[in-house]
Amino acid sequence: MKKMSEFRLPDDVRYSEDHEWARLEGDAIRVGISDYAQDQLGDITFVGMPNVGDAFSQKQEFGTVESTKAVSELFMPIGGKVLEVNEALEESPGLVNEDPYGRGWLILVKPDNPDEFNSLMTKGDYAKRLKGAE
Amino acid sequence: MTDFSGTTGLIFNEPLLWEKGRKGRTGMSLPRRDVGTYALDESLCGDGPDFPDLSEPEVARHYVRLSQWNFGVDSGLYPLGSCTMKYNPKLNEKMASLQGFTGAHPLLPAELSQGALRLMFELERLLAEITGMDAVSLQPAAGAHGELAGMLIIHAYHKSNGAARSKIIVPDTAHGTNPASAALCGYKPVAVKSNEQGVLSPEAVAEIMDSETAGIMITNPNTLGLFERSIREIAEIVHKKGGLVYGDGANMNAVMGIVRMGDIGVDVQHLNLHKTFSTPHGGGGPGAGPVCVKKNLEKFLPVPRIIENHGAYSLSYDSAESIGKIHAFYGNFGVMIKAYGYILSMGAESLKKASQLAVLNANYIKAKLKDVFHLAYDQPCMHECVFSDKLQKQNGVTTLDIAKRLIDYGFHPPTVYFPLVVSGSIMIEPTETESKEDIDQFVEACKAVVAEAKENPELLHAAPTRTKVRRLDETNATRHPCLTG
Repeated sequence: MKKMSEFRLPDDVRYSEDHEWARLEGDAIRVGISDYAQDQLGDITFVGMPNVGDAFSQKQEFGTVESTKAVSELFMPIGGKVLEVNEALEESPGLVNEDPYGRGWLILVKPDNPDEFNSLMTKGDYAKRLKGAE
Repeated sequence: MTDFSGTTGLIFNEPLLWEKGRKGRTGMSLPRRDVGTYALDESLCGDGPDFPDLSEPEVARHYVRLSQWNFGVDSGLYPLGSCTMKYNPKLNEKMASLQGFTGAHPLLPAELSQGALRLMFELERLLAEITGMDAVSLQPAAGAHGELAGMLIIHAYHKSNGAARSKIIVPDTAHGTNPASAALCGYKPVAVKSNEQGVLSPEAVAEIMDSETAGIMITNPNTLGLFERSIREIAEIVHKKGGLVYGDGANMNAVMGIVRMGDIGVDVQHLNLHKTFSTPHGGGGPGAGPVCVKKNLEKFLPVPRIIENHGAYSLSYDSAESIGKIHAFYGNFGVMIKAYGYILSMGAESLKKASQLAVLNANYIKAKLKDVFHLAYDQPCMHECVFSDKLQKQNGVTTLDIAKRLIDYGFHPPTVYFPLVVSGSIMIEPTETESKEDIDQFVEACKAVVAEAKENPELLHAAPTRTKVRRLDETNATRHPCLTG
């Protein structure tokens, strides 16, 4: 369990209320879960992914993440179509714990409405929200 | 200083049976052959199964040693919330071992099985009385199986009304298997959040209850150990929109003889005989999850039904709208004998008293530990109470560490990380069968562990230290399960 000050909260991504992050990469958005989320879940043992081509709206459930503690739902930080899923997680779900913003990414999305990205929290807002959750 | 029961002793290592024994060793002798020899049909010949060759003492020691690694409710307090690990009186084991029962065969005709059929028929009546429902089927083999049977009955009810529905409301404080049972029946589970008091508010249900919703699955008391006080009002909202109310009976141990579910709006109710009515459980079964219904749903119950005609009992398949058969023969009969013995030997007053003591014990623990652990919902609880690791986290100690350290003190850990509505939950259900001295000792152990968490967190991170094996690598076991012997 990490302390508040130990969470990695990079400023090149935006954060959702449900602890997903979204990073703008050209026309696409890469999605994962935050360092706080992976820390809360504990060791991740399985990630249930959508199929490439599936479409979801913002806040809709797109998959599940299973740890030794519980199964939790994954929610879209932004609505759109799934372009890619991180297939490495099938063999190595622990990547989400080790490198949540890098090799532990979940999906790449083509957003329906890029403006939704701006509705997500900045690093500063998200850090404030986490302080409130403690 | 309290003398805790957790200690170390000589614990034997024991290999797999396949690593023991020697070729040709045997544990039995066959009687002398008294018929002639005949050649076997070719198709029946081949290599036998891979069984090890062992002597009787090797087998006896193997299982005795394995049993010494175990912790059961016969060895100590087992406060595993939501599981009702209470002591099961040995009398009921004795009844289930009566030769007339153990020698009975399910293919015997009804006229040679009158005792067994009468026991099942009368158990159905007793459970109907306890739940306030009208008709019962004992067939389901476990709680979740009872849930599925209940969902199938609700589905059959809507179908017979000419309007199959697609959704089921499941509160976030429901028993964990509820959404899966609804989904297995083809329903889409719709989550509804409990309010800040940890219970359902009628408004939240009214908001999502519509004509596409088949009903609601309510665990009462819920998994926070709180009684759903608005159950009548919620049932009314659901009924008005044509839906049915499913009651999950996992927590029935809190309300036997106190709340009749049928009287407060529940249409279908399952029970866990292995939790509430005296069958040892925890090793994967067998259990029994009878499903109880109101009169208007009786025709959908699984077949066969047990019927009585002038004192003669038989099995009847005559039920056109039944959801069908859901278990081989008629469920797990041994569990039914224990439940029947338990209910008769306890009697109405003692069953009620058992629930009262289960609730008293949980409230006693809650009061004793509320300054030790963070209490998620500070209000009177039913048969279990839910704490969290919020206060200990600042020392880098989590619920898992606390649970593992309690093992060193000689206690089975409470349920951890469930219910999900409380982060890092520690769910304690002492049950009615624990004495005040044993509960006090458990409280002392919790206090000692919390003191260690402050002074020496490493002790908790390293726990358990007194067990045969140390902390297991659960992550690796889940990521790379080894499923062979």
